[in-house]
Amino acid sequence: MAKIIAGLASSHVPAIGAAIDNKQTEDPYWKRVFSGFEKTKEWMAKVNPDVVIGIYNDHASAFSVEIIPTFALGCAAEFPPADEGWGPRPVPIVKGHPKLASHIATSAILDGFDLTIVNKMEVDHGLTVPLNLAFGSPTEWPCPVIPLAVNVVQYPPPTGKRCFDLGRAIRKAVASYPEDLRVVVFGTGGMSHQISGPRAGLINSKFDKSFLDRLTKDPKGLAAMPHLEYMREAGAEGIELVMWHVMRGALDDHVREVYRFYTVPASNTAVGNIILENVGKTGKKPAAKKKAKTANKTAKKGLRKAA
Amino acid sequence: MAKAKPAENEYEDIPGTFVFNAERSREGYGINMFCMSLMKDENRKAFKADEAGYLKKFTLTPDQTDAILKRDYNRMLELGGNIYFTAKLGATDGHSFRHLAAVMTGSTQEDYAAMMLAGGRSVEGNRSKSGNDAPAKKAAAKKAAPKTSAKPGSKAKSKSSAKKRK
Ligand SMILES: [Fe+2]
Repeated sequence: MAKIIAGLASSHVPAIGAAIDNKQTEDPYWKRVFSGFEKTKEWMAKVNPDVVIGIYNDHASAFSVEIIPTFALGCAAEFPPADEGWGPRPVPIVKGHPKLASHIATSAILDGFDLTIVNKMEVDHGLTVPLNLAFGSPTEWPCPVIPLAVNVVQYPPPTGKRCFDLGRAIRKAVASYPEDLRVVVFGTGGMSHQISGPRAGLINSKFDKSFLDRLTKDPKGLAAMPHLEYMREAGAEGIELVMWHVMRGALDDHVREVYRFYTVPASNTAVGNIILENVGKTGKKPAAKKKAKTANKTAKKGLRKAA
Repeated sequence: MAKAKPAENEYEDIPGTFVFNAERSREGYGINMFCMSLMKDENRKAFKADEAGYLKKFTLTPDQTDAILKRDYNRMLELGGNIYFTAKLGATDGHSFRHLAAVMTGSTQEDYAAMMLAGGRSVEGNRSKSGNDAPAKKAAAKKAAPKTSAKPGSKAKSKSSAKKRK
């Protein structure tokens, strides 16, 4: 059976992508940012997942104001990088996993989540920057990636709780997929930032650090935070952080924080990165698969007890 | 649950911020579709060759047209533009998000860059137009408290501020 083994959250600042594309990663300004992701890349290489589910938002690239899906699941075989006004990023085409994606769509819809199914979609920096931060700049991405685009552009985005619950539904869907696949879920966007209006440049590190702490220890309480609080405390565009709850909801209640990185700024934005593992997994691929099965059962029992 | 439901537009109390809601989206549909058209190189060229003429292809009010021609980015947001769309106009002019952000805050590029390097714009005093900066006071009080109280502290904060705003 397939299994979600870990979650990774990361900011997806477009300027980070530009720095990679323009080969500025060694500049002192950018080195400060990229050096924080070295451990992330090491972890990623070690974990070597079979599939990534990437929760991100489209920034008026694939979706304009003509169609605004709240949750759009990419079920295609391929997702080319979008032209965001500067030409498409020179990154590999994102290869999807149509079978698992369709399975997730079916399971989640029957579970009460009316997902929009997308069979043709270009993906922007929201997805490709975190892929760079986790995998570096290979000629092909090392595994299939299922994109899930969340509307955070037009108010209101889905609530934190709805995002968390969608994560739960994704977890359930993955667990019922018959093939042995090890899945990592990415939550992207944030952290505090505002790029619009006279209040642009707002950063709230205290908020961000508390968000990171609570993501591990108090995920349900954190998911209950109203939109107003994100916008007031973390900037109008800080609302992107709701997407992290999808990732967190897809994990077990109890997780181990294996890594965290935070720096200010990258362009207009506070950069955060956190890696959370379901307890009792990872290691080398074949061994991990066996172990993971029992861990999953134990985790499920734990959940039932908690409920 | 004692939490009061915030009024639909309570976020209008956030200073220097135009929340892109359904109303603004409806009003600014023409601005955003114009910006979207700039995703294509031939359209960028056509716009640059005759800006006012190109804008006639879209449903825009005179105010909206004026804001676009003057590159008044705050006014565009106020009239229903969204930053991810208006940024495409910026890109057409060769400007990054950060450049536009500096313009919208009324700073020079140098001052804005320096502010960001120094940790960005503080949230203190920037939470509320009406002076309801309650979370700021709570957060300040929290500073003195031991770190372990951060979690319950922030919970109490959101509750009390919701109450006050009611
Ligand atoms: Fe974003």
